Amino acid sequence: MIRMETVTKAFGPKKVLRGLTLNVPKGTSMVIIGGSGTGKSVTLKCVLGLIAPDSGTILVDGQDAARPADRDAFLARFGMLFQGGALFDSLPVWQNVAFRLLRGALKKPAAEAKEIAIGKLRRVGLTADVADLFPAELSGGMQKRVGLARAIAAEPEIIFFDEPTTGLDPIMAGVINDLIREIVVEMGATAMTITHDMSSVRAIADNVAMLHDGVIKWTGPVAEMDNSGDPYLDQFIHGRATGPIEAVR
Amino acid sequence: MTRLLSPLALLGALAMKLLAAIGRVAIFAVDTVSHLFRPPVYPRELAISLLHIGWLSLPVVGLTAIFTGGALALQIYSGGARFNAEAVVPQIVAIGMVRELGPVLVGLMIAARVTSSIAAEIATMKVTEQIDALVTLSTHPMKYLVVPRVLAAFLTVPLLVAVGDVIGIAGGYTVAVKNLDFNAAAYLKNTVDFLELRDIVSSLVKGAAFGTIAALMGCYYGMRSDRGAQGVGRATKGSVEAAAVLILAANFVLTGVFFSI
Repeated sequence: MIRMETVTKAFGPKKVLRGLTLNVPKGTSMVIIGGSGTGKSVTLKCVLGLIAPDSGTILVDGQDAARPADRDAFLARFGMLFQGGALFDSLPVWQNVAFRLLRGALKKPAAEAKEIAIGKLRRVGLTADVADLFPAELSGGMQKRVGLARAIAAEPEIIFFDEPTTGLDPIMAGVINDLIREIVVEMGATAMTITHDMSSVRAIADNVAMLHDGVIKWTGPVAEMDNSGDPYLDQFIHGRATGPIEAVR
Repeated sequence: MTRLLSPLALLGALAMKLLAAIGRVAIFAVDTVSHLFRPPVYPRELAISLLHIGWLSLPVVGLTAIFTGGALALQIYSGGARFNAEAVVPQIVAIGMVRELGPVLVGLMIAARVTSSIAAEIATMKVTEQIDALVTLSTHPMKYLVVPRVLAAFLTVPLLVAVGDVIGIAGGYTVAVKNLDFNAAAYLKNTVDFLELRDIVSSLVKGAAFGTIAALMGCYYGMRSDRGAQGVGRATKGSVEAAAVLILAANFVLTGVFFSI
């Protein structure tokens, strides 16, 4: 469904992606792991067209992500949970969740959009009484849930999760991981997650890709991750300070 | 030779930087105008911007204008006394407020109040990925964030200038009548008789231009903000500096256009 072929991206002299090639089959959950600053977020943003790659191709169902025929229709296929939630703090929670349903091609009457938003909030474990609160009134975990509800509100085919458990306590991280897994399975969506939280990887992934130095060092099913024999992946999943990945002390 | 040329090279580099910045702002302005005429439109965002930029700026505009009008009357009276021209207070307050001080002071107050708030809000949205989130939700940030703010400023700042002009003249009138023993009816008659349509049109046109500059600079700096709190701070500071300087420069140009003989 998503094919990335030798994608490169540099910001000034800093080469972030150096020929990244990755294939995410339809209906599967791919988790990209790697250290901070290795280009995980850039990878997701390139697929969404938020950042234009310098070279290489990104195809989503055969459609060029850099130049889709109808950009709005292309983006309507995606939902994204941002690392910090990226909730619009000038809007109440329900309008955040129903943002896509209140404007544009998917516009619905406000009452119907609110009902859908409340349904999605319930799906992520929040009650209807948070609907009229503003994002600043919510805890970090609740904001993540609202972000998740917004990502799934318009029933997208592809969902991206950017560091879904960052900043959460281990129990809340577990809850969010389980929610993501359940939702992806019940929606039959294609999911791409970037994280360096190994508990997320084990909970969410069908397939794993290890990104280092701008290229995918290893990719395969999550079940094979522990016996991959790849020194980069081994060092990363065991959190060793020594190995091929240089750790700055 | 190289040492001799280095100040020139520095000057050249600065000139190139300045031209590049002017180019970026011009492209941003053209982009904004092009989005103004293409759907979708966001009437709710426009209504909110009209309220924030127009209605909620009224108190600060009113206070600025009334004190300025009052001070202007006192200055003209004491200055005019040096050559027995105290009687021109109504005319000079009217012309001073309508042609110059009204639009410029309202423009600068809008730069302080609105430009800074737009830049800080959009910059914060940028650093917290809210702008990226807008894009992923099929909403163009130029249409959703920039167009409503610029349009609202273009529409409301001329009205604020008109209000400022009237309140400024009222400030001068109050000081002149209460403190300087001017006749109330004669003061008003002199004010109305002296003002020309051209004065009022120039005031409103300046208001529209200054409002557009103020909102455009807030949006431009907000959208180009660097990461972190420092980035937001730099964007806010830069937007107010740029808006204030451009408003004063535009005032010079527009005054030349309207009143050059």
